[in-house]
Amino acid sequence: MLLIRCPHCGERPEIEFRAGGEAHLARPAEPMTVGDAEWTAFLYYRANVKGEQAERWCHVHGCGRWFNAVRDTANDRFVATYGVGEPRPGGAGGAAR
Amino acid sequence: MSQPFRLPTGGRIDRSSPLVLTFDGRAVHGFAGDTVASALLANGVHLVGRSFKYHRPRGVLAAGVEEPNALLDVDRGGGRREPNVRATVAEAFAGLAVTSQNRWPSLERDLASIADRLPPVIGAGFYYKTFMWPPKAWVRLYEPLIRRAAGLGRAPDGADPERYEHRHAHCDILVVGAGPAGIAAAMAASTAGRRVILCDEQAEPGGALLHDQTSDIDDLPAQAWLADGLATLARRANVRLLARTTAVSYYNHNHVALVERLTDHLAEPPASRPRERLWQVRAREVVLATGAHERPLTFPDNDRPGIMLAEAVRIYINRYGVLPGRRIVVATNGASAYETAIDARRAGAAVSIVDTRASDRIGPELDAARAAGIEVLAGFVPIGSKGRHRVTALRVARLSPDGALPDVPDARDLACDCVAVSAGWTPAVHLFSQSRGRLEFDTARDAFLPGSSVQAVRSAGAAVGLYDLAACIASGARAGAESAGAPVPPAVHATPTLTGFAPLPPDLPLRLGGKAFVDFQNDVTAKDLALAVSEGFESIEHVKRYTTSGMATDQGKTSSMATMGLVATRRGLAVPAVGTTTFRPPYTPVSFGALAGQSRDRLFDPVRTTPVHDWAAAQGARFEDVGSWKRAHYFPRASEDMAAAVRRETIAVRGSVGLFDASTLGKIEVVGPDAGRFLDLMYAGIMSTLAVGRCRYGLMLKEDGFILDDGIVARLADDRFHVTTTTGGAARVLAHMEDYLQTEFTTLRVFLTSITEQWAVIAVQGPKARETIAPLVDDLDLVDAAFPHMSIARCRVAGVPARLMRASFTGERGFEINVPADYGRAVWEAVFAAGRAHQIAPYGTEAMHVLRAEKGFIIVGQETDGTVTPDDVGLARLVSVKKPDFVGKRSLRRPDLSRPNRKQLVGLLSDAFHEQLDEGAQIVAHTGQPIPMTMLGHVTSSYMSACAGRAIALALLADGRHRIGETVHVTTADGFTRATVARPVFIDPEGNRVHG
Repeated sequence: MLLIRCPHCGERPEIEFRAGGEAHLARPAEPMTVGDAEWTAFLYYRANVKGEQAERWCHVHGCGRWFNAVRDTANDRFVATYGVGEPRPGGAGGAAR
Repeated sequence: MSQPFRLPTGGRIDRSSPLVLTFDGRAVHGFAGDTVASALLANGVHLVGRSFKYHRPRGVLAAGVEEPNALLDVDRGGGRREPNVRATVAEAFAGLAVTSQNRWPSLERDLASIADRLPPVIGAGFYYKTFMWPPKAWVRLYEPLIRRAAGLGRAPDGADPERYEHRHAHCDILVVGAGPAGIAAAMAASTAGRRVILCDEQAEPGGALLHDQTSDIDDLPAQAWLADGLATLARRANVRLLARTTAVSYYNHNHVALVERLTDHLAEPPASRPRERLWQVRAREVVLATGAHERPLTFPDNDRPGIMLAEAVRIYINRYGVLPGRRIVVATNGASAYETAIDARRAGAAVSIVDTRASDRIGPELDAARAAGIEVLAGFVPIGSKGRHRVTALRVARLSPDGALPDVPDARDLACDCVAVSAGWTPAVHLFSQSRGRLEFDTARDAFLPGSSVQAVRSAGAAVGLYDLAACIASGARAGAESAGAPVPPAVHATPTLTGFAPLPPDLPLRLGGKAFVDFQNDVTAKDLALAVSEGFESIEHVKRYTTSGMATDQGKTSSMATMGLVATRRGLAVPAVGTTTFRPPYTPVSFGALAGQSRDRLFDPVRTTPVHDWAAAQGARFEDVGSWKRAHYFPRASEDMAAAVRRETIAVRGSVGLFDASTLGKIEVVGPDAGRFLDLMYAGIMSTLAVGRCRYGLMLKEDGFILDDGIVARLADDRFHVTTTTGGAARVLAHMEDYLQTEFTTLRVFLTSITEQWAVIAVQGPKARETIAPLVDDLDLVDAAFPHMSIARCRVAGVPARLMRASFTGERGFEINVPADYGRAVWEAVFAAGRAHQIAPYGTEAMHVLRAEKGFIIVGQETDGTVTPDDVGLARLVSVKKPDFVGKRSLRRPDLSRPNRKQLVGLLSDAFHEQLDEGAQIVAHTGQPIPMTMLGHVTSSYMSACAGRAIALALLADGRHRIGETVHVTTADGFTRATVARPVFIDPEGNRVHG
């Protein structure tokens, strides 16, 4: 079971959390102006990297708050956790969500 | 029996506590401290079971958890029966009843053992080759046959009477294994002040020290050093020492699961004590001092009872005071078995050694053996054995100097009643591998050893291939000190251990006839593995699955290296090129009870009940599970069955008035200055324009445009909305809203609060609904003009503050009375009493389903399945075209979601008015088409409708709205039936009744 550091509550076991997929996928501000291909990519295309990946987590059975985490998918090591809207630590930034 | 093989002195058994257990009904005498295996051996019992596939006689092979043969059915009394228990770990106590397995009619005369003499039809992959055709024969003939013939014990048929518990623990350093390395590690770590948990799977901690009668450590006898060490650790407040505790699983981030066995060794366990305790340990650092397992030699008939692992023989002699045989041949390829030979000789046995190494390759152990008066045959290899239920001779032959077997072997038989075999050692790297650490092959030690770690874990002792006592202690001390960040303590001095072995060519047994077993528990021979390779299996994982080598309950602890070596040799590769199989939890079998812990019976899954639940139960309601809720399904009267009750209940609602407990509906209060704007983004419809006191039905979409949930949005104030969700969707909808609020629409000032449990919901539905509740309602005028359909108001009902909603899920005039949950039952009973004058009927979820289906109202999750848009279910009018954005809006414009001929919600009327279609049944246009037919859709809901006077169904049908009036064909259990496509509304198509 993973041990995840919630930015608000500290380290807690994985069962208190819900994973929310890839982070930094900003919802377009005006979706109706977005073309089909771009919208499809936003909806369905995910990076799924082997290595360090930014992803969304929610401390659902704790403070209830969403946050972002950089996790190495090859060994499940958490490199960092940080608040929603904050840039990804160590560059490779992105928008909110 | 009088324990003819018990030595007069020695061992760690308590000779002042004799005991009697039974084996297949016969008395077996032993002492406290015995395992079942040591007691059996003390009584000269070697034959303890029949093998899995060939029903060959089998005896005790090992002395620990790796035992593949001696699996017994153990009855501890009081319903405490367990099959497939390894006799080598089951502790003996008076009255214990153990029984052999997989034999009929008796262990000595097992009829199925004929399988052993049949032509070789059940070799590798025989399941795949033999039982292919016809398919029906598999179920009726082959599988029952195989299940009866092959197998292990009989599962208990009663409920487990035992209690289990879970416990969580944190520590700085978890040390797994309390042998010399583990004790040294725990000592070093706890000296540095760290909180240490030291666990060991055996009844007594000590590992190899428990059967070491000859070594000294720092001038103390090994067992005195052990006693001192354990006493020191026991005194330390920062050390928790857990015996009979196996670290079974190593998960992420140093989360290690331990199973502690608390009562299996007791004849009469205290009632207060659970049988097992599952520890979930989170450790900052882990030290794995898990030791090593000895390998058997692979030669024809190497599985005869009396042929045992050499170290096991030594354990039985030194730890249990049992001499497994009086004439022992030690057959080995290395030094460690010489310790067995010397100890056996000292215990009085006639001993000879067969060493596969040439004499010039043998180390100082050769002189030690000869000094003890033991004859050593160097350069010989076992090529067979004799005996029926017990070995009577070992057949050996001289090896050529190049390691080959001569064409005409110089063979001889060595008479014996016990063979102690050793083919070297395999470090127990299971937990390290589970921790995702990389294993690296070490040619010198002929084994996979822990390489780079992924987690904060260190391995020590025999687990890293160190077999010398002083080296084990030093590596444990180093691992413990480094884990604690403390200086490494000075080295200890210990008697040098006899170490080193020279692997034999793995394919040697293939040059001999007969069955040479690699995996004893699954009856896999060297030939089976060679056959798999010759049939083209290359990956070790594939060979393993095809032959089942290493897939028994022992997970190949004694067979893994022999398997890999043989496959590598046959493929002409080195072992590392073939690779190792993946080790998976658990390390040893774990009871379901330990995993379940307290989560059984009523605690298995929480049950949610509504405030009206007890009233409904008292009325005789039948309940159904909806998520974790218990909901009243129907309220049968007298001898009514469900159909009759539902018929009566639906007629009551349409004819007069019905009462329904809707408390399980999800409810969310959405509060804040931007609540309206937020709901505009969450729902397909416009909510911000809703007047205070009004309600609107809304669809909630996911970003992909498909329906997520539906419900009523009611405005209580400018900045306060009361939102309902489906019963099953409550948590999902709140999470969905929170996600968008926290991560996308972060500037909106809105609070979301779940109020599902706070408000009971009493639905009063039917033409007489208003008359029923009017006398109970204060502070509100219920006339239609003042309180029309889709209104909400705060008022008092039966004196209780209420949020009264005029809403309907039946198509009838309806009210939903929301009152604080604690008053739910009282208000419910007041409404029920007031409704007596109108023959009010409580109705359940089944009638609710029928009533809404008669009106074509969808149920999310029944008419929808995550691929259904608002237009698909005919609710396009609920989708705002004016709003610039809401979640899901953009996706509705994607080509596939906006194409005209999607599956659409329709009604279906079977040709026979009473014929109820099957929910889930497929729909085709005509039945003459070739298979596979073009499926046009499926039935989503189907009921017998009393009010419509016939069976009705809803369906999702391709281009359905254009097919109204057409005939379609619907699958049934044995063919097709005909139905006509109709509009999805069967009662009051104009929708007038809801307005009264």
